[in-house]
Amino acid sequence: MSKPLIREVPPTSWYLRHPRYLRYMAREVTSLFVGAYCVLLVFALQSLAAGQASYEAFLVALRSPASIAFHLLALAAALYHAATWFNATQKAMPIQVGEEFVSGNLISGAHYVAWAALSIVILFLAGVF
Amino acid sequence: MKERLVQLDVFRYNPDTDTAGHYQHYEVVCQDEWVVLDALNKIKETIDPTLNYRWSCHMAVCGSCGMMINGEPKLSCHTFLRDYAGVIRVEPLTHFPVERDLVTAPDDFIEKLKRVKPYLIPKEPKPISEGEYLQTPAQLKKYHRFTLCINCMLCYAACPEYGLTPKFIGPAAISLAHRYNQDSRDGGRDERQEIIASKEGVWECTFVGACSEVCPAHVDPAGALQQVKIASSIDWFKEHLLPGGGK
Repeated sequence: MSKPLIREVPPTSWYLRHPRYLRYMAREVTSLFVGAYCVLLVFALQSLAAGQASYEAFLVALRSPASIAFHLLALAAALYHAATWFNATQKAMPIQVGEEFVSGNLISGAHYVAWAALSIVILFLAGVF
Repeated sequence: MKERLVQLDVFRYNPDTDTAGHYQHYEVVCQDEWVVLDALNKIKETIDPTLNYRWSCHMAVCGSCGMMINGEPKLSCHTFLRDYAGVIRVEPLTHFPVERDLVTAPDDFIEKLKRVKPYLIPKEPKPISEGEYLQTPAQLKKYHRFTLCINCMLCYAACPEYGLTPKFIGPAAISLAHRYNQDSRDGGRDERQEIIASKEGVWECTFVGACSEVCPAHVDPAGALQQVKIASSIDWFKEHLLPGGGK
């Protein structure tokens, strides 16, 4: 009996085989920044609860070059992550009206509009305007 | 007719004598409008009759001639030589055992396909004398895209999750289950959910999306799988949050 050849998938380097896998890994890596930013917000709450001096020290730390660099990176990662998510909605949530399906761009576009609207509300509540 | 000299590095494996695969270089004169399958046929007819590969229809319908062409899962009958420069590397579909040369063993996929019951399970069986199960054009359109699958397995070769976790039911089988679940004449969703909503089912998918990118029939398996995830999540919430399990 002849034996079929089994070709193992390299478990730690498979994503180097094709650019589309690298794009996927980039999307997944952005979630680390989103997670890290959530941890930062927890620290913010903790310092706020610890009193005025603690919170002001936290605000000073936010103005450090390292913190600004992290915020820029986290913003870029969050934007990329959000865009991949919104672009996926048209696949995950098709809407059929009568016989025809609503355009995928309309579904994704509606998410972008909602995102922009909510961002404006949050900026308004934060006193930016 | 315009001709071109085509160079191919073709994966070879003889299960009776080899312990690993190797690449064999061929140079063959081809016509400009030929596809990779034509080049392989010419090699087999004029240079090396020992070369093994599967094909049947030569028109992207039967799904037999799937191969890796320069690292991309493709139907070799649907891949034009003129689109490639330099040496073309031809390998068997990844993630499947190689039986010989470019021939892979599809047994795992066929077994998974059977498990998801890809056929109509009527809600209420009725005798032929009562007539057809009627369906509106809108009801047909709801699932039509997912009927286009030709079982070529390119999506399995593209899916890294299937490569890393072979128990994963995979893109084509879940898409076909979804096709029947979406069919207004069908009543078999509960039976299929046991398979496709399990841990080896749709939750192994991390939405790489490669399946939809390589699908030659534009089935969009990635879309089907995300829709199954949403429907399965709604099932879970109904079961756990609604009185009586939402039944």
